[in-house]
Order: sequence, then structure tokens, then C-alpha cells
Amino acid sequence: MGSNMAEAHPVGFQWVMEAKERGAPVFHIDPRFTRTSAHADLHVPLRAGTDIAFLGGVVNHILSNELDFREYVVAYTNASFLLREDYRDTEDLDGLFSGYDPETGAYDPASWQYESVEEKHAGRDADSAAKEQSSSYQHGSGGPRVEGGSDRIAADPTLRHPRCVYQVLKRHFSRYTPEMVARVCGVSEEVFRAVCDAWTANSGREHTAALVYSVGWTQHTTGSQCIRAGAIVQLLLGNIGRPGGGVFALRGHASIQGSTDIPTLFNLLPGYLPMPTPEHTDLSSYVDSIRADHQKGFWRAADTYAVSLLKEFWGDRATADNDYCFDYLPRITGDHGTYRTVMDMVDGKVFGYFLLGQNPAVGSAHGRLQRLGMANLDWLVVRDLTMIESATFWRDSPEVETGEIAPERCRTEVFFFPAASHVEKEGTFTQTQRMLQWREKAVEPRDDQRSELWFFYHLGRRLRERLAGSTDERDRPLLDLWWDYAVVDDEPQAADVLRRVNGVDLTADRAVGGYTELKADGTTAAGCWIYSGVYADEVNQAARRKPGREQNLYATEWGWAWPMNRRVLYNRASADPEGRPWSERKALVWWDAEHGRWVGHDVPDFERDKPPDYVPEEGSVGVEALRGDDPFIMQADGKGWLFAPSGLQDGPLPTHYEPHESPVRNPLYGQQGNPTRKVYGRPDNPSNPAPPEPHGEVFPFVLTTSRLTEHHTAGGMSRTLPHLAELQPELFVEVSPRLARERGLEHLGWAHLVTSRAVVEARVVVTDRIPPLRVEDRVVHQVWLPYHWGTTGLVRGDSANDLFGVVVDPNVFIQETKVATCDVRPGRRPRGPALLDFLAGYRRRAGITADTGTHVLTAGPGAEGPAHTEEES
Amino acid sequence: MRAAAAGVSMERRREAGVGPKRWLELWPVYRQLTGGDPLGRGHAAQSPRSAGLTARTEGADHVAKSICPYCAVGCGQRVYVADDRVLQIEGDPDSPISRGRLCPKGSASTQLVNGPQRARKVLYREPYGTEWQELDLDTAMDMVVDRVLDARDKGWQDVDEHGARVRRTLGLASLGGATLDNEENYLIKKLFTALGALQIENQARI
Ligand code: SF4
Repeated sequence: MGSNMAEAHPVGFQWVMEAKERGAPVFHIDPRFTRTSAHADLHVPLRAGTDIAFLGGVVNHILSNELDFREYVVAYTNASFLLREDYRDTEDLDGLFSGYDPETGAYDPASWQYESVEEKHAGRDADSAAKEQSSSYQHGSGGPRVEGGSDRIAADPTLRHPRCVYQVLKRHFSRYTPEMVARVCGVSEEVFRAVCDAWTANSGREHTAALVYSVGWTQHTTGSQCIRAGAIVQLLLGNIGRPGGGVFALRGHASIQGSTDIPTLFNLLPGYLPMPTPEHTDLSSYVDSIRADHQKGFWRAADTYAVSLLKEFWGDRATADNDYCFDYLPRITGDHGTYRTVMDMVDGKVFGYFLLGQNPAVGSAHGRLQRLGMANLDWLVVRDLTMIESATFWRDSPEVETGEIAPERCRTEVFFFPAASHVEKEGTFTQTQRMLQWREKAVEPRDDQRSELWFFYHLGRRLRERLAGSTDERDRPLLDLWWDYAVVDDEPQAADVLRRVNGVDLTADRAVGGYTELKADGTTAAGCWIYSGVYADEVNQAARRKPGREQNLYATEWGWAWPMNRRVLYNRASADPEGRPWSERKALVWWDAEHGRWVGHDVPDFERDKPPDYVPEEGSVGVEALRGDDPFIMQADGKGWLFAPSGLQDGPLPTHYEPHESPVRNPLYGQQGNPTRKVYGRPDNPSNPAPPEPHGEVFPFVLTTSRLTEHHTAGGMSRTLPHLAELQPELFVEVSPRLARERGLEHLGWAHLVTSRAVVEARVVVTDRIPPLRVEDRVVHQVWLPYHWGTTGLVRGDSANDLFGVVVDPNVFIQETKVATCDVRPGRRPRGPALLDFLAGYRRRAGITADTGTHVLTAGPGAEGPAHTEEES
Repeated sequence: MRAAAAGVSMERRREAGVGPKRWLELWPVYRQLTGGDPLGRGHAAQSPRSAGLTARTEGADHVAKSICPYCAVGCGQRVYVADDRVLQIEGDPDSPISRGRLCPKGSASTQLVNGPQRARKVLYREPYGTEWQELDLDTAMDMVVDRVLDARDKGWQDVDEHGARVRRTLGLASLGGATLDNEENYLIKKLFTALGALQIENQARI
């Protein structure tokens, strides 16, 4: 779902085909018929942005027919835990949960906690800044804290108590009937039932089913909850931690997983440690905010991860006496995400910008805003393999055509540094299944081409030289930095950096073997605790290349996967509570009673010698508090979460909300869209109106985008290559024959698409691949286009991302670029200043102001809630 | 067809000066009937010209083990090198992920690293400038040092608007990392954090 694996991850798709050949049925649930659909047993087209309604229907089908894998659900999930009496569900509040504040557009999640968790703990995640914190993302791999997770949690193992998670879940999804799925998604009841039957028939003791998604799920204002919905289905069916099961995120860039683990992200430090906020006045208050006093699992040892990171940053200067330089870390106070930052550029609050192998002029939502932001800087540094739109915006962007940017008036100083390619440097990428693979250097880069490692190492060295002798307190973190990585011929050695990321025992100058060896007393330094073990025994484990054909399917001697080279996360769940495989067919790891250890085909994701019947002593916390049958060892209560008592900004359960821009009123609730989405209401970020606002008919069609096999995201690595440019030379838009008739569009002729932000022209492809759907009482047309084009390269064209505005998921601040509304007209678009008049005309007709789309609350007695607009600008 | 095939073969036979057995083997139909390629779509159809071709990879003096730089499937690549120049990039059959396969993007990697689109020189565009100029790498690095410190200071905050200690700068930002190595991301995050910069972002947010 939300993935076109055959075209976007083609070589990975061979394994789906392999499974199909062995008899696995394949379903493709996605708005458009693609090559993935062509290879599937059934393609189910649905309206873009309705995946939660579909999955909610599957949950309802499972629960009303009692098709869940009951032993797994009772033993390994929080199904039996009791919730508080004051919890109110969307069933009670017309689409809202308890705790909503219309003024801030955020929830106080206190009432979502387990009943047995004390009040004083429960409210700690909630504060007025909740909306700004992206806190669920900061919880990263660990999951949020639950005070009391290690205590006995009030539960009803019979699952009958009306306040147990199982019953709450059942009630929450009870209105997601097949009829409702048909009304919302445009999927017939018959087809929907076929999917439910296949999914449940292929799950259980003897079978497992895998769920695959991509950015078709994440790029929505409900993105996080969409993945939660998939995880709930998979937990109910016993498909997590078992061979052939799982929820697979197919990620789009060679090391996008790595750049999340070792984050170039504002709210995280390496290994999903959060960036500190001003409330964290010292190290202990910071560590206490990550872990609860009474919780289970490996996050309890957060102090060892944090101190080891500070030791790697500041070496000898970090001591117990100075709190390991914790004070040196800058503090975040809200949203410092890329879209917020770009708006701050437009507003003149940001002066310098580095672009490192990224091309936001084409690849980010609202291209015009991106380019206007870049045109209002003191300076811009672009590092790339080739010249890209983000380096040349001052002379060839669409805004030059409209007169909004002119080289003679654009003040931004631009530096372009040529980068070394993947074969001209060594280092690791982390691929989509958390596996690090080392690349050898094949050749030297030429002329001024350099690696980022070179650039940043020497930038740091020069900055430190420039500031040497400074007594300014502001410069201390830089001057005290441990910056002495091995350098050969001017090039810093990636292997040495990787070794320090792995972690070093400073008393013996020895690489640690794993994160359990890290200490909070300053004797270990480690850059990213989840990567501990990648350099175990002083060997670069990521460089291992034992051929796949000489290993079992898990190939644990090829590369290295975090954590601790485990290939299937939470694989303790592949065995029953007693430690025996659920079935022989589906054996993965199991308890070997004779030798007193967990064994199997994969590295067990569990303490090696903790027996399945282990019961912790009263009062234990952390790892010791994990029972022998608690497979979810990173969770604060050791269980898989059907219901999320904390950690999410927009509710403990997924709920269908309409996209920010939608042609229909939400058939399920009075609440139209996600009531906690961030809308950035400002004149340069207009929204198309959506019900209950009037004039939605000006933008009557649903717009969605995705990528092609032959191009790579913003195109810098593909539009510039002859082979790939020739294979996909031109931007095109797919429309159904019916829409083509309605709008007078000719196959292979031109059309232009209009939103309140931009007009984009493309060649028309009239095709059955994007069928109109019956939603409620009407026909909804969807149009699709790829987004790879821009103004440079061998093949050029308009950028589809210009069509979108910026509105984001409240948990992770990812923008809704998988669905918006638009108009479609035949012929080419207007040019020059006429384009601006044309757009202004559309905005006028639709009555668009900075207010439009910002009244996020639409449920309850007040009907229309307050507008969430920015005061300035 | 028979005559034509025989005629061509006769000619070759004269050129090559070979005996009757070898002559017969030059005849595709013979090879098709005897050589385990009954449909004549494989070896039997090979012309002497293509038999004489050698793979581009053959002249390599060194093969580096690498990984495809495009998507996150992480297909294995073998990089064939001669005289410090990439000859060809192929899928690595040893990889348990890709088993030797590459998609169109991965297969275009040789063009990606060798093509004329690759920039080789530092370029500079001054404020209000209408053209690029070349700039010496060393000078450019020093200019960036100046500007980083300047932007840091202009956006510096010891405390935020509520008086809380934040020790940071909002004057500079960065975007990128998903196409870079883990080791590179680590140094980027470490250096910016020490500078007090926190608007450090990448494609994972997008
Ligand atoms: S070859 Fe294709 S599928 Fe494989 S990693 Fe590269 S882009 Fe992805």
C-alpha cells in the first residue's frame, strides 16, 4: 500500500515475485495501476489519502469476526491493558479524542494513559508546546516513555472488560464497515472483502503476511497514523517479529535510513536521543526525560548512551564535574524543521544555508517558497555532483520568468562545490532494512571534487584555527571538540570515524562489542549507540561480503544490521510464550532449553540466556524488568502497542481524516481533517478550500504524484544522464478517458494543472491506469504525475512539487505531498507575468485568503474553530 | 537459407583456413542442432564478430566492491577500474539483496560517475552577479569559514524570548544527508551542533 515497489524499488521487488512463485498472493492497494499492480493478483485502486479508512475496515473485519491470532495478541500486545475512565474516543466526540484544545490545536494526552499509571506521571509529556515538539519523532526507535511500564499493569486477559484496549479498539473501528470503506475509499465491498479474506487466511500459526509501504503513506497530514494502522493489523494477525511478516518501509535514498539513525535532523541526536530543550537544565533532567523511573526495556540505560555520545563529541574535556559538557548542546524550542526554516528565510531571519546533495528547488513541496527563500539569504553553499536548480535559481527559476527574481536584484552569494561520487570515497550507507554496507574507494576524485567528509573535517579544522585563543564562551564547544580523526593524504579516514561511532573503551583504546558495554561514567565514547557492534573486535563488520548463496536467507555475514546484527526486529515473537516456534514452517528463533539460550536462523533480538518463563523480581526496572515473554524489548512495557498511550500528537488510535485539501466532507465524523495538523497559515502558503469551506469546486480533482523507475527524486542524478533522460524525457500527466472527455484533453497533447500555488504544464497521457472512483454519491477524478523535472539537465520541464503547499503531519513534520486538489485545463500554461494574474484569478474565484484551510477544528458544538495563521508577514 | 549460410561459412573457412569439423561448427544450424541451444537464441546464433568481442570489464586492473547510490534497496555493485578510471559498474552477484541485478538507475552509475555533467571546479556567484566565476578551492573554504562565523553571530541567542538558556544560532541552516555516508552525516551533525546550529535537516523529513 502506498508503494509502487516494482518501479520505485525494482530490485527489491524480485523477492515479492519469488514469494508469488511459491504461492503467496500479492495485493496492490494504491490509487494508480502500475507495474506493481500488473504483477499482483489483484489491484485495488482507492482514493488518495484514504488508507486509514481502508485499514480501519480491515481491523473492524478482524475484530468483529474474531479472526485475530488470539494467543499472540494476549501474550505480546497491550490488548488486555485497561485504560482510564476519563478516556474519550472519537466515537464519543465526533472525531476528536479527549484532551483537545481548540486554541493551540493540540492534545493533552493525559487521559490516554493506562488506568494503573499514576496521574502525576501521565501528564508529563503534555505541555503547551506539545504541538511544536515533534516528540513522537524524538522517541524514534525507542518508543515513548511510560511511567509504570515495569509495574503490574491492570489488565483483563479475557479481553472482555469494556475499558481494555481490545474492546476500545473494537469500538473505535466499529463504524469502519465495508459499506463505509466503499463510501470513503471508492473500493467496492466485494473487493474489500477479498482483501480481508486473503490477509486473514494468510496469517496465523502456519502463515504470515508482509505489509509494504513507502512515501505513499508518509507524505500525508495523517502519515504517522497510517503506519500505526498498518502495524495494528499486523499485530492483531501475529505478523510482527515473525519470518515473512512485518511492516516494511521502503525508503528512497541510498542512506536515508542512515541519515535518520545518525540524524541530520533538527530534533534528534544520534541513536534517536532527543535534542535537549531549555527544560533540560542538566544532564540528569535530560536523561530522566527520556526514560521513566519505572519502565522496562533498553531505553532505561539512556544515561550510558547519552554520556558516551558527549564523550565522543568533547573527549577529555567532557568530565563528570562539568556534566560531560551537556551544557554545550544547543537547545531546541519547537519547530526548526526544513519548512519552518524556509519560511524564516523568506522572512529574513536566516542568513546562510548549506545544501548537501539535495535539491529543494525541485524536491521539496512548494518550490516557489523554496526558491524565494534561497533568494533572500546572505549566502548559499551548494555541494553536489552536478549543477542543480537550487544552485542556479537566481538565473533560471520560474520566478525569473515571472519577474519575481532577477539576477541583478538577487543578493544571495552562491558557492558551488563539486562533490566526490560514491566510488570516489569510502564509507557506509544504511539501506532500508537497517543494514550498513561498506563501500570501497575505487578511484580518486578529480580537481576540486571532494567528499563531504573532507569538506566538513577541514571546515571544522579551519573554523577552530580561526577561533584559536578565543575566550568567547560561545566558541568553547567548537574549540573543545574532539576532532582528531585519522587523516591520510588530507582525507579523513571514514573507518576511523565509523570506529568512534561504534564506540571505544577509553581505558583500553578498544572498540566496544555492543551497546551493553557502554558506560555512564565517562570511560566509553560512542557516536551512535545503536551502531555499537559495527566495529566489534576492531573489525569493520559492515565490510563483510560472504556471498549470499553461501548463507541462509538471513545472510547475517553480509554487511551489518543494527541493532547487534539482528535482521528481524522483535524476533522473540516468532516463538510462543514458552519459547517454541509457533509452527515448524515459521520457525525463526527459539529457546534451546538444553543449552539455556535462544538460538535460530537469525540473531535473537532478546537477551541470549533469559529463559521464556523468567519473571522479574518485584520492583525491577529496565532490562531486568523484561519478562521472558516480553518480545518488544524497546517498549516501556515490553508489549506491541495496539493502542498508543503516549507519544503521538494526534491520538492514541488511527482515525480517518480527510486530506487537508479534499473534494468531499468526511463521511465518518464531523471532524474533517486531522485536528492537530500544522497549517502554516500565511499569504505565501495558500490552501485550496476544502469542505466545510465553500468554493472547493474551483479545484475539483484529486492530485497525487510519485516517481518513475528511470529518475531519482529531484533529478540531479538522473536528468543529467543520457540513458535515463532518453528513457523518460518529458513530464506527463495521467488522466482517465472520462476526465479527458470532460476537459477536452488530447492524448499526447498538452494540459496544465492549477492549484492556489502554481500552474504546471505536462504532456497528457490518457489511460485507464488512473480510474475515476465512486465516492459517496459522486465520481471523483484523480490525476497523477511524476515530479522529477526542473530547469536544468538534459531534459527539462515544470516541477510537480510547485503545485503543493506546506501543511504537515503533527508528529514528524512531513508534508502532505501525496494528495491535494487541483484543476486541469487543456493546452499550455500562461507565461511570464500573465501567470501571476492567472493564479490570482483562481484564488479570487475560490475566495482564498491566509485563513483558508486553517480552521482545523470542524467537529463539536463550536462548529468552526479558530484560524491558525501566523501573526506576522 | 541453407545456401546462404553455407556460402558465408565457406568464405570464413577460407579466411580462417580451418578443417571440416571447425567449418561445420561455424555453421549456426549445426551449432543449433548439436550445441544445447535448440531454439537458436543463444550461443548458436553468435556471430564471429560478437564472439571476438571482449567485455569492457576485462581490461580492469582492480575491482572495488560498492553499493548503488540511488535508492535504499542497497544493491551490490562491482566497480571495474583501470588506471584510476572507472571502466564499468556491474551488479554484484554475491549480494544477498540484489543477486547481481541493477535497475536502470543502478545500471546508469557508470555515466553518473564518468559523465560530462560532473562538475569539477568550484564556482562562485557574487551578490547581484549575473554569471558564475571560478574560485580557488582554498580561497572558497576560507570564505565559507568567514560566512559561517558571521551568520552564526548574527543569529546567535544565549537565551530565547522567555529568558530560557538556549545557547544556539538560528542564523544558519543545512539540508541534505540521505545521499551521504553515515560517517559524513556524523561529522556534519557534530560540527553544526558545536557551532550551536540546529536547523540541520535532510530528505528524511520530506
Ligand atoms: S539498482 Fe535500482 S533498485 Fe538497486 S539500489 Fe540502485 S536504484 Fe535501488
